[in-house]
Amino acid sequence: MTSNSKNHRNISSLFVMRKKRGDRLFYGLVIGAAGYTLLMVALVAFSVTRGSIDIFSAEGIGFVFQSNWNAVEGRESFGAFPYIIGTLLSSAIAMAIGVPISLAIAIFISEIAPPRIGTPLSFITELLAAVPSIIYGLWALFVFRFWVRDLIEKPLYDVFHGSIPFFAKTPFGLDIFTAGIVLAIMIIPIISSICREVMRVVPDSQREAAYSLGATRWETVRMAVFPYVKSGLVGAAMLGLGRAVGETILVTMVIGNVIGPGAIPTSIFSQGQTLASLVANEFNEASSDLHLSALIALGAILLVLTMGINIVARLLVKKKIKVSSGAKSQ
Amino acid sequence: MTSYSNSNKKYSKILHETVNKNYRKRMIINKLVTVFAIVCVIAAIIPLGSILLEVVKNGASAISLEFLTQPQGSIGSGRGGVGPAIQGTIIVVGLASLIGAPVGVLAGIYLSEFAKEGKFADSVRFFNDVLTGLPSIVIGIVGYVIIVLAIGSFSVFAGAISLSIIMIPIVVRVTEETLKIVPYSLREAGHSLGISKARITLSIVLPSAKNGILTGIVIAISRIAGETAPLIMTILGTSLFFTGITGPVDALPLRIWRLASQPYESAHAFGWGSALVLILMILALSVGLRFLAQRRSFKVAI
Repeated sequence: MTSNSKNHRNISSLFVMRKKRGDRLFYGLVIGAAGYTLLMVALVAFSVTRGSIDIFSAEGIGFVFQSNWNAVEGRESFGAFPYIIGTLLSSAIAMAIGVPISLAIAIFISEIAPPRIGTPLSFITELLAAVPSIIYGLWALFVFRFWVRDLIEKPLYDVFHGSIPFFAKTPFGLDIFTAGIVLAIMIIPIISSICREVMRVVPDSQREAAYSLGATRWETVRMAVFPYVKSGLVGAAMLGLGRAVGETILVTMVIGNVIGPGAIPTSIFSQGQTLASLVANEFNEASSDLHLSALIALGAILLVLTMGINIVARLLVKKKIKVSSGAKSQ
Repeated sequence: MTSYSNSNKKYSKILHETVNKNYRKRMIINKLVTVFAIVCVIAAIIPLGSILLEVVKNGASAISLEFLTQPQGSIGSGRGGVGPAIQGTIIVVGLASLIGAPVGVLAGIYLSEFAKEGKFADSVRFFNDVLTGLPSIVIGIVGYVIIVLAIGSFSVFAGAISLSIIMIPIVVRVTEETLKIVPYSLREAGHSLGISKARITLSIVLPSAKNGILTGIVIAISRIAGETAPLIMTILGTSLFFTGITGPVDALPLRIWRLASQPYESAHAFGWGSALVLILMILALSVGLRFLAQRRSFKVAI
């Protein structure tokens, strides 16, 4: 009897020990992985700072506000201002078009459409979220830009003859407007598939409660679904904005690639350049260390810009969190 | 008495009308939103349909055995193929996924299951968000400054590390979000059995969140497979096959970009062909993993 209970205790203590050791090992693994993400951030900060130090010591903070871009040896002068404007304008167009459409698509798939239509549709959006930006770029360059030129820019030009400053420019198809629309097309599947995933998390009981109070479908979405997943929806839009601001290759292919003071857009139909597209265009042909450093500094500005967007979005998300579930109840 | 009844009737009539009017307005708004949603779906499908159509239409005619296996012939000749680019994409993306997927899932597990309220977890979450929003071109700069400058040449390794930096935050985020959806009662059930936390996480929480996490990994891989910008600064692109992990290599997105900027019809046809190959590779990956997920879930189900 005694030996039996002793045995039992031994086994159980062995079990506890093994359990503890396994736990500790696993904990080490996961915390190591988490630490690795921090290390990467440090690497990003280090390399961008180190790479751009030359240009900032040559041009000072003026680099951000100047618009010259001259890589000729002996007359080197670099400024990032036109590309900052180009980046902001093209992403603003993309968000203005992309976010409402994505949200509407997500609502349609998860709340309105019967599964017979919703399931294939959600499969299509999921598929399209996986289409690489280079392919959007290829399509935009060889197909879509002619649509924009012929269907939007030419008619507008024929009607107004450039009398409205914001829309004035010879229709060409390779400009900030095209870049903005294609960016929107690119981020729509991304944003809408995240929104849909997020909205699926909402328990049906929430919807049933709203319906039982006599709410219409839209009211149910607005009052029962949205509040439950607000942070997720903002997060989805945030991801989309991040993609639009930082998108490189697609923009490079359609924005027209102007450099220097001419790259400050005078209308949404003017050729432009974004921070990312200029880096992509010139990185392999950088003629000097200063030129390379200027390009990396463009990357640094892009970094600060996207970090700013992230931080603002995060604050918004924090404010709007209402329901949280899972391992940690808050 | 009469006056009271009268006024009651009057009020009830007014009330009825207001409710009716209000009801009509609500119904109209509801209809408008529905119509708007349908229009948006159609508006989104048109360009997306056109992309697939053009890629398949223009790409299919370019594809041949020579196209898939041979290096590119002389510029503008329309001979040869994109063999090195296909090989390079598989190598670089494969290597990046081998680094990115495990690290991302583990860090996601940390955030959802182990992290205590505190500075470390908060900063991991915060900087992970920052990394998620980081433009890929900036990550290319990181690969260039940290690895390319250090070993003195454009390399597969630099490309893989850069792509893994893009992949990890996506996987971390998806893993954390998905694990948080798993009801706490499942974990409680595990605790009540007296099993360790690692075991609870690996055997109870992860399997029930597996499909979400796998989808996240597939999204991350397809994203890095189509990434061009960081590759410009890390693997450079070459017309030769893989020579070693510290040498330059080609990749499909990079090749498409270079081909599209050449002024030859044959180069553009090659570009469309490469685009089709890239899409098919991503599609195969996504369908394959999904199939795997379904088969596994069948085994684990009970």
